[in-house]
Amino acid sequence: MSEPTIVRSTRGSRIAASAVLVLVAAIAAAPWWANSADLRLITEILFFLALASMWNLLAGYAGLISVGQHAYVGLGGYMMFSCVLFWGMNPLWSIPLAGLLAAAVSVPVAWLVFRLKGAYFAIGTWVVAEVFRLLAAQMSSLGGGSGLSIPVSAMRALGGRTERELLIYFTAFALSLGTLLLIWLVLRSRVGLALTAIRDNEVASSSLGVRIGRIKLGVYVLVAALTAMLGALIFVTKLRISPDAAFSMNDWTVFVIFIVVIGGIGTLEGPIIGTLLYFLLREFLADLGAVYLLILGAMAIAIMLVAPRGLWGLIVTKWDFAVFPVGYRVRMPRD
Amino acid sequence: MDWINVIIQGVLIGGLYALFAAGLSLIFGVMRLVNISHGDFIVGAAYVAFAVIQMTGLHPLVSLVIVVPLFALLGYALQLGLLNRVLGGDILPPLIVTFGLSIIVQNGLLTLFTADSRRLDAGAIEVESLNLMPGVDIGYMPLMTFVSAVAIIAGLQFLFYRTTMGRAFRATSDDGEIAQIMGLDNRKVFGWAMGLAMAVVAVAGVFLAIRANFDPFMGPSRLIFGFEAVIIGGLGNLWGTLAGGIILGVAQGIGAHIDPGWQLLAGHIAFLAILAVRPRGLFPRVD
Repeated sequence: MSEPTIVRSTRGSRIAASAVLVLVAAIAAAPWWANSADLRLITEILFFLALASMWNLLAGYAGLISVGQHAYVGLGGYMMFSCVLFWGMNPLWSIPLAGLLAAAVSVPVAWLVFRLKGAYFAIGTWVVAEVFRLLAAQMSSLGGGSGLSIPVSAMRALGGRTERELLIYFTAFALSLGTLLLIWLVLRSRVGLALTAIRDNEVASSSLGVRIGRIKLGVYVLVAALTAMLGALIFVTKLRISPDAAFSMNDWTVFVIFIVVIGGIGTLEGPIIGTLLYFLLREFLADLGAVYLLILGAMAIAIMLVAPRGLWGLIVTKWDFAVFPVGYRVRMPRD
Repeated sequence: MDWINVIIQGVLIGGLYALFAAGLSLIFGVMRLVNISHGDFIVGAAYVAFAVIQMTGLHPLVSLVIVVPLFALLGYALQLGLLNRVLGGDILPPLIVTFGLSIIVQNGLLTLFTADSRRLDAGAIEVESLNLMPGVDIGYMPLMTFVSAVAIIAGLQFLFYRTTMGRAFRATSDDGEIAQIMGLDNRKVFGWAMGLAMAVVAVAGVFLAIRANFDPFMGPSRLIFGFEAVIIGGLGNLWGTLAGGIILGVAQGIGAHIDPGWQLLAGHIAFLAILAVRPRGLFPRVD
């Protein structure tokens, strides 16, 4: 008679993991099989994948339902413009600086908004994002309310057209998949165990010694920094910034929330499913304009009524399956 | 004289902000629900009033007779048909559902009424004013908005503490399960609360629409003003909410007087400053 063993992966998850690796390799090789337009679409998908995964870490695991993450996308974008315009930096080198700035800014912001609980926390983060937007509109050296474009010389510094496209694509690839990988590693670590405990029951995890306040702050700061880095890169691809675009609630928060909720909040796979579905829907329905948004809103409501754990949640409850396992399972020996 | 004027106008617009906030405060008090689509329903009420006026030619203030009961019914139906199903331990579902509603109302209004900004024409009363002292005039409309806000808050206060319905609200708020054992149907009580909140939303919407231009996307900032008034005043305190609205209005007025670009920023900064010093607001309810 043998002892039960504890495993992390299952055969299903190993097969899925190899499929994911193939997919990642295909995405990495995209410049060799996709044209410029497709490459731009893939870049955008990668951006949303990262934004959705970060919001999921924040809301789905740490219980911090922020509706003001566009504050950090915009902050990153404006930091990149400041680096380029005032210090003549290479746009891509401004990305780590944007991350540092956002981490520094997010600490006092957290000190303020963490005083609000639950849904009031959500609206508090929104106010902060509004303040950022209004402040950006006041900075006349950064274009004020109407915004400005990246000087051509700064983009030329990144090389010729093809070279530039490749450089930006691989930065987006590295940053987005790096974010996903980081989140996965965080969730597999001790902190991840604590986060999962917080997700499942905050009071019980606190009574078992999980230092909730510190972990939440850590996650908030990490996500702020990564979001700002992504924001900096997003506005390198957009070439133009204005307060309304940089701090657009629809683009950087509303869509992201819908992606996570529809895909499945509180799982790693959910945001990925959600992102793919979102882009699929967009391809077919974006021409409908307002009606498209009506459909997204209705879908989010329907998901909350029928399957609050989202599409991936439905799969998990049915087949107990994970592409990116973060937990452990006990395997009983076969007699 | 300038400054007296700024402060008086700020106080008056604070009444409107208190109207935005009262419904928010009410439903949070009764069922711990924060309705993200609150501001969009305020704008929705403005559009419904607009449509009613187009069809009947009523004066905007008279249109309240139709819009208020309509919104009360809508609130009751919304609560029983949708929101009751997601209320519970987890705060995420109600948040996402009202967030979804917000997007639906905004884009629904956009589809029905286009993006053109509209205004309700209240006639001569809009420009008439009361001369308080040289250089300080009080418009009848802002004054009427303020007086209505005070009356509505006094009315809600009375309803909350002096009537059977108010007792049901307080009982459900304090302990929903015991209230149910005592024979209250929580779902219905929540329905009444939402109906009442939406009635206030309707009043706020019509006053907003007489005061300024409105378009389908101005709801979220009304939600934020209302929310700031609630937090500044202290959760669960209706008179505090009025004070919160006034502080917000005065802060915005002072900001705008220094530099027009600072109007909204000054309001938000006042809110954040109060949150930093008094996290529970200025007049938290003593529990």
